[in-house]
Amino acid sequence: MAENKTITLNMGPQHPATHGVLRVELELEGETVVKVRPIVGYLHTGIEKTMESKLYYKAIPETDRMDYLAPMSNNLGYCLAVEKLMEIEVPEKVKWARVCLAELTRLNSHLVWLGTHALDLGALSPVLYTFRDREMIVDIYEACGGQRMMTSYIRIGGLSHDLPLDFDKKVRHLLKVFPEKIKEYETLLTENQIFINRTRNVAVISAEDAINWSLTGPMLRGSGVKHDLRKANPYSGYENFDFEIPVGENGDAYDRYKLRMEEMRQSLRIARQAIDGMPEGPYRAHVPGVVLPPKEDVLHKMESMIFHFKIITEGFKAPCGSVYQAIESPKGEIGFYIVGDGTNRPRRIRVRPPSFVNIACLPALCEGRMVSDVVCAIGSVDIVLGEVDR
Amino acid sequence: MDFEQEIREFINSRFGEDVIAEDNFRNQLSFIVKPAAVYEICQDLLENDRLDVKLLADIAMVDWLDHEEEKKGRFELVYNLYSLKHKGRFFLKTRLPADKPEIKSLTPLWNGANWLEREAFDMMGIIFTGHPDLTKILTPDDLEGHPLRRDFPLTWEQPKFSWNKDDPPEVIK
Amino acid sequence: MGLEEKIPDSIILTTLDKMVNWAHKRSMWPMTFGLACCAIEMMSASMPNFDLARFGMEVFRPSPRQADLMIVSGRVSRKMAPVVKTLYEQMPNPKWVIAMGACASCGGVFNNYAIVQGVDKIIPVDVYVPGCPPRPEQLINGIMKLFEKVEKSSLKDKHEEWGR
Repeated sequence: MAENKTITLNMGPQHPATHGVLRVELELEGETVVKVRPIVGYLHTGIEKTMESKLYYKAIPETDRMDYLAPMSNNLGYCLAVEKLMEIEVPEKVKWARVCLAELTRLNSHLVWLGTHALDLGALSPVLYTFRDREMIVDIYEACGGQRMMTSYIRIGGLSHDLPLDFDKKVRHLLKVFPEKIKEYETLLTENQIFINRTRNVAVISAEDAINWSLTGPMLRGSGVKHDLRKANPYSGYENFDFEIPVGENGDAYDRYKLRMEEMRQSLRIARQAIDGMPEGPYRAHVPGVVLPPKEDVLHKMESMIFHFKIITEGFKAPCGSVYQAIESPKGEIGFYIVGDGTNRPRRIRVRPPSFVNIACLPALCEGRMVSDVVCAIGSVDIVLGEVDR
Repeated sequence: MDFEQEIREFINSRFGEDVIAEDNFRNQLSFIVKPAAVYEICQDLLENDRLDVKLLADIAMVDWLDHEEEKKGRFELVYNLYSLKHKGRFFLKTRLPADKPEIKSLTPLWNGANWLEREAFDMMGIIFTGHPDLTKILTPDDLEGHPLRRDFPLTWEQPKFSWNKDDPPEVIK
Repeated sequence: MGLEEKIPDSIILTTLDKMVNWAHKRSMWPMTFGLACCAIEMMSASMPNFDLARFGMEVFRPSPRQADLMIVSGRVSRKMAPVVKTLYEQMPNPKWVIAMGACASCGGVFNNYAIVQGVDKIIPVDVYVPGCPPRPEQLINGIMKLFEKVEKSSLKDKHEEWGR
């Protein structure tokens, strides 16, 4: 009897279809995959250790660079966790502005996912459409924070500046124009027979397995589990908004694609409610000693200047205890576990990375299937290597 | 009964002597238990369908070196457990001593614990007995030591200007 | 139209240097080497809004054997450093490197145990583009500076870094 020999193929860190520097070791028998072993760590930056040596305020720009496709979500999660630790209540306008920006961030991330996933499977046009439309959202980011991607706009106790004067006009223009664009992407892909053949019954995971592998986000909802942190444990005023949570049936890549397209529509719905009902008010909480006072006060009042100076140089002392705040980022559940130890620097900031936990289930998605399905599986999990490796 | 009371009753009735303390900082329920009891508590929780605590969200680790909390044990492991039906979350915390940071691995119960424990081993040096593949995952293969420990230096390198071109890199915390 | 009107009898007089440099700079093919956040701005630069294809960079080649330009976009960690060196050595001559972003130029925001402080510790760099991340227009400015450098180079130059 001939013995079955397998070859080991290395899908290296530099590869056009792995989104970043992911290395996958495949053991193949012909075209069938016998064993899959993802190797990560090629972008390890030591962000958690760097954040331990900084004040709470100065660690905000580090959070931008983890999931670089949804930077405002990371900022939001970190600031909510610190506000929980220090027991700060933010004004209503801040909550609504944060919700609006978080939903635009979800759109941003899903657009890049759609473009690159379709590019991996061979559809060369959708990526041009999605990146062109992403420029509208990035334009709004630039008006708010001055930067196209790493804005650090959401700060502890509020926002870094007031919302720009043309924020309302820009967001309404986007809301008017976008539903047509989503229809455009759907005409290209949803009924396309080649796309359906490449994604139906590929990278399937059942609901029980998904919970066992600790998956969250669209990976879990694609298998039929209706769980979304915005409805289950609402944060930052999400309980006031009216939206639905799309759920898939089979847990394959096609269901996850349809789920994310529907999530884009629901994000537009939430953003419309946020911009229609945006209250007036201050853009930062008034907690002297902890939250930086607004710049107009700093230039005119003495106490504000003293507090500003003290907070920038020394920071505030956190109580001895630990908090965990999780939000629903476009990739899954991102959680910040902050341990304060009585001094002005955190003892430990642990980030619960959704992409790290999601990519660990790649063996369950790919083993026993064809080699070309590995590319589809990696794209459908929607990972960002900056978050996997931190 | 609401979820918090149910969990309290469950853990205190079955594992009363293993629970060292109970905490409710900022409305987050957490139990500080002995290291040997963590595996049994998780096994019983998985079998209990009414509580439905099936999602292991995270395994976090803290190093309490040079702080007065170090007296209770240098390393702290925090297991973050979530119930999908009741939408409630609670934490199981344990303390491990500095000279022998070992605890039984949770991989037979949850597949998702595999990579989370590998990261805890790589970054802080906590050994999980019974883990199928406890190797480095994030740091390069030639880096010795465990970066997230407090005594590992941050290795800050002085940028090279024209006046200090030939100095070796500085190492500070 | 264009060039044919200015050339009587299809004869041009020029130096070999100028012709070779013109060919090099008008169709330089970059390699897909996006590491981190700067990669997204590099992808945006090749998309319809800030088109890179009008500079001749029509295709981004995944294989290093078929590329001339390596745009190191993103932070280079210590685990990735030998991979960058291997890829650089696999590229055929002539080759150029642009260090895009603050992390590739000098370590950037991250000054710690895990990041190589500047990719020029491993491979020789021609143009540094600062920013975190740099706007696509800044990247295009860097590419134009590289074109100026290519115009001034000559076939007589000794390039030790290429192994000549």
